[in-house]
Amino acid sequence: MLLIDCPHCGPRAQTEFSYGGAANVARPPAPEETDDAAWIEYLYLRDNAKGQHDELWQHIFGCRRWLQLRRDVISHEIISCSELRRPLAEDGP
Amino acid sequence: MADFRLHSGGLIDRDRKISFTFDGRSYQGYHGDTLASALLANGVRLVGRSFKYHRPRGIYGLGGEEPNALVRLRQGARAEPNIRATQIELYEGLVARSQNNWPSLRWDAASALGLVSRFLPAGFYYKTFMWPRRLWPHYENFIRRMAGMGRSPEAPDPDHYEKCHGHCDVLVIGGGPAGLAAALTAAEGGAQVWLADEGAQLGGGCLNDGDASAARDTIAALESLDNVTLLRRTSVFGKYDDHLYGLVERTGDHLASPDLGMPRQRLWHLRAGRAVLASGAIERPLVFANNDRPGVMLTSAALGYLRTYAVRPGSRAVINTNNDSAYGAAAILAAGGIEVAAIVDHRHMKERREIPGAEILHNHAIIDTRGKKGLTGVTVAQLDINGDAVPGSERQLACDLLCLSGGFTPSVHLYSQAGGKLAFREDIQSLVPKSEVPGMTVVGAANGDFGESEFIAGGAAMDRPVSLRKFRRKQFIDLQNDVTAADVELAAREGYRSVEHVKRYTTLGMGTDQGKTSNLNGIAVLSDALDRPPAEVGVTTYRPPYTPVTIGALAGRDVGPFLAPDRRTPMQECHEKAGAAFVPAGLWQRPHYYPRPGETMTEAVNREVLAVRRNVGIVDVSTLGRIDLHGPDVAEFLNRVYINGFKALAVGMCRYGVMLRDDGMIFDDGTVARMAETHFIMTTTTANAGPVMAHLEFYLQVVWPELRVHMTSITDQWAVAAVAGPRSRDLLDSLDSDIAFANQAMPFMAWRGGAIGGIPAQVFRISFSGELAYEIAVPADYGPAMWEMLLAAGQEFDVNPYGTEALTTLRTEKGHFVMGPEADGRATADDMGLGAMLSSRKEFVGRRSLRLPGLAGGDRLHLVGLMPVDGRSQIPPGAILLDKEMAGRAPDKAGHVTTSVFSPSLDKPIALAMARNGRQRLGAQLWAHSPLDNRIVEVVITDPVFVDPMGERLRA
Repeated sequence: MLLIDCPHCGPRAQTEFSYGGAANVARPPAPEETDDAAWIEYLYLRDNAKGQHDELWQHIFGCRRWLQLRRDVISHEIISCSELRRPLAEDGP
Repeated sequence: MADFRLHSGGLIDRDRKISFTFDGRSYQGYHGDTLASALLANGVRLVGRSFKYHRPRGIYGLGGEEPNALVRLRQGARAEPNIRATQIELYEGLVARSQNNWPSLRWDAASALGLVSRFLPAGFYYKTFMWPRRLWPHYENFIRRMAGMGRSPEAPDPDHYEKCHGHCDVLVIGGGPAGLAAALTAAEGGAQVWLADEGAQLGGGCLNDGDASAARDTIAALESLDNVTLLRRTSVFGKYDDHLYGLVERTGDHLASPDLGMPRQRLWHLRAGRAVLASGAIERPLVFANNDRPGVMLTSAALGYLRTYAVRPGSRAVINTNNDSAYGAAAILAAGGIEVAAIVDHRHMKERREIPGAEILHNHAIIDTRGKKGLTGVTVAQLDINGDAVPGSERQLACDLLCLSGGFTPSVHLYSQAGGKLAFREDIQSLVPKSEVPGMTVVGAANGDFGESEFIAGGAAMDRPVSLRKFRRKQFIDLQNDVTAADVELAAREGYRSVEHVKRYTTLGMGTDQGKTSNLNGIAVLSDALDRPPAEVGVTTYRPPYTPVTIGALAGRDVGPFLAPDRRTPMQECHEKAGAAFVPAGLWQRPHYYPRPGETMTEAVNREVLAVRRNVGIVDVSTLGRIDLHGPDVAEFLNRVYINGFKALAVGMCRYGVMLRDDGMIFDDGTVARMAETHFIMTTTTANAGPVMAHLEFYLQVVWPELRVHMTSITDQWAVAAVAGPRSRDLLDSLDSDIAFANQAMPFMAWRGGAIGGIPAQVFRISFSGELAYEIAVPADYGPAMWEMLLAAGQEFDVNPYGTEALTTLRTEKGHFVMGPEADGRATADDMGLGAMLSSRKEFVGRRSLRLPGLAGGDRLHLVGLMPVDGRSQIPPGAILLDKEMAGRAPDKAGHVTTSVFSPSLDKPIALAMARNGRQRLGAQLWAHSPLDNRIVEVVITDPVFVDPMGERLRA
């Protein structure tokens, strides 16, 4: 079980968190002007590279903040855990 | 029966005699004994039958490595199968039985008839019994009966187990000399230290084969320190991510039943800053024909029985070895009164060591053993230059104890679980840690450093041969799973190369002992068979648990009613008092229906539905998710997460909304009320309350952080009842309230605040049933008072409380979809007939996906109603819809039935379905076919709204 160092709450067990997908996929800022291929890429396609991943986790049994985690999927080592680099997408609709 | 107990010595308490029974016979032992030592003291050598071949087996090891002596401990509900006799501490009245035999341990039918052995070669699951295929169920039944372990108890476990979380700076695993020294050093440096050891006594190997006085001093020093926690009878069974360790503390296993208030076992989730692995080493056996008879045991085990328990495990011993440790052991055994007949040493030595009275046979090996239910002698032979027996050199030696000393295998399990890599060390013929893993240091014998103990140190000068090539018949490698050297060779001949595949094919090392005494020998045999060095053959992956952990400990207190939290609405007691039948809805228990005396479920539900349609009913809807939203940008935020517009929603009004996922599928629905300019209350479906909150937080925090919105879940703060039916307004008007419920004052979709009968309330004129209806929300603590008030005032209007079944019937009659059956994650708003709700003037989550191919085009499943053509037949729920024109081929699936009810309002069965292009096929007749009960009903597609299609009643 991972130990996640929440920037607000301190080190907490993984069971307090919920995984929320890749953190390096930004929602296209203007969906209506996005073509089908780019929208499908955003919706469904993810790299599954060996090594370090940027992930979103929500501290659901804590501060409920969505956090950004850099994690090695081979060793499970957490390289960093921080508030989101905001905004992930550039602008809202 | 001979007494094998010594008159003095050992760690047993001779003043405390203990009576116990094994297979129904009474014996005596002492406090401090294990079941194994007490059985040996009473001369009991045959303790079990083997897994596959039902061969007689005795006590082989001293602790967790024991492959043979598995017993069923205790009786009745506390009975526990497959417990190692070597780890069972004796207590007064202990009852144990042998396993895997019928009709008795001494006379086993399967063994006597040779029923099993020739049917069960390596990989038997995969070949012998697979043909003919139709007979496999019979074969499997036979195998399961013949090749099995103990029986599980039939009754629930009366004991309780608990889980704890712990934190420490240093966790020391193993209480032998290396672990004790490490713990003391760390503790003296000021660290919070935990030390865990499997045994009741700390000291490890030096209790059995060395000088324990130094260990005793260290234990005393550790006990005096505040920053040290010593956990005895505790196994560290797993190493998990980020220095989390799983420990199981056997708090009550050494007692007949746990002390009052104490758990049977305690599971620890321990986060350690770092760990010191001092788990020691386990002795390896040597492999030869019939090396499994009762009386054959590890040399270290024999020493342990003698030194710790003052028991002679035999009278006349032969020691078989390939290293120097046997010579020290022989001296200890002789001093304990065991006649050492011979040391059979595989090695050719120039320098000869003398043991008084013992014959030293260099360059010899044991090639066979004798004895039916116990060892009576061995056959030795001289070895030639290839390591094979010299013909004609065979000799018989009489003995009742054969001690095996094939070197020591470091217990690197937890190091490997931590991701550590192993290296093969030629001098000790073993795999040892190659390099440090972060956060863990391996010390002592576990690290291949045998210097701490004189006995084990001898394990370093050893020779290679562990088995003899020419005598492979019944040369057991894995005694627990009955895997022989021939099985491993067969696997290699059949083409298996990877040690992982050989393991699975032969089941080598897959027993409850996880191959603690067999893995290395298996690798050696495989290495010979493949003609590859052992380092290249490698080792199978070590996974938790190191030693068996009972499910009870893993479950802890989360059993029965405590398996999951129980969510109760504020009115739960009212429903219980009213005799409601309950149905689980997630963690909630919701009233299903409220039967009156003598009523069936159908009668009760029909009555409740008709009460709502004709008079008035009340239903507890406190389980719906409720989210409070504050901030200047809430209206904009709602506009972006719902398909319909919210900016124009006036204060004092509510609006129904549908939320999509970004892939365009319906995610949830509910109503939003505008409480004030910058204050809204949203409701969600019961099941989606949590996910909707997380979804909204995602968009607020990740996608649109610039929006000024604050959200709070308030589900638990409010008690909510819906009052529905044509007389609902009459009911409310009869109450003392400052709220005007009249149509003009409070139109459909309005909300008003005030007090009802002195209770502060928010009243929302929204309807799920399709009738005139009000939802009354009061602070949670007022819930029961509000509910009782509505029931009392409602008597003159014949009010009926109704449950979820009536709710389902009511919404089905109105053609309302719900999340799950209809909106199953693959349905769009247009599929539900809500296309007109989709705003074209704004952006919202999921909108872009609606233009994607497959979502935009035709040929989608639409929400429709179904009625049986005969007007009587119930439509099977979940049935597949099939076109009637089959045209000589299998018909295409035209959709499926999602909800099926009997409509008391229409007095006939109706259903909702998702039908392909259903809205264009109103009036079409289809087959509804349920393959589950093989029923076919002819149905006609209708509009999904069966009752009041114009919605006049809810606006009345």
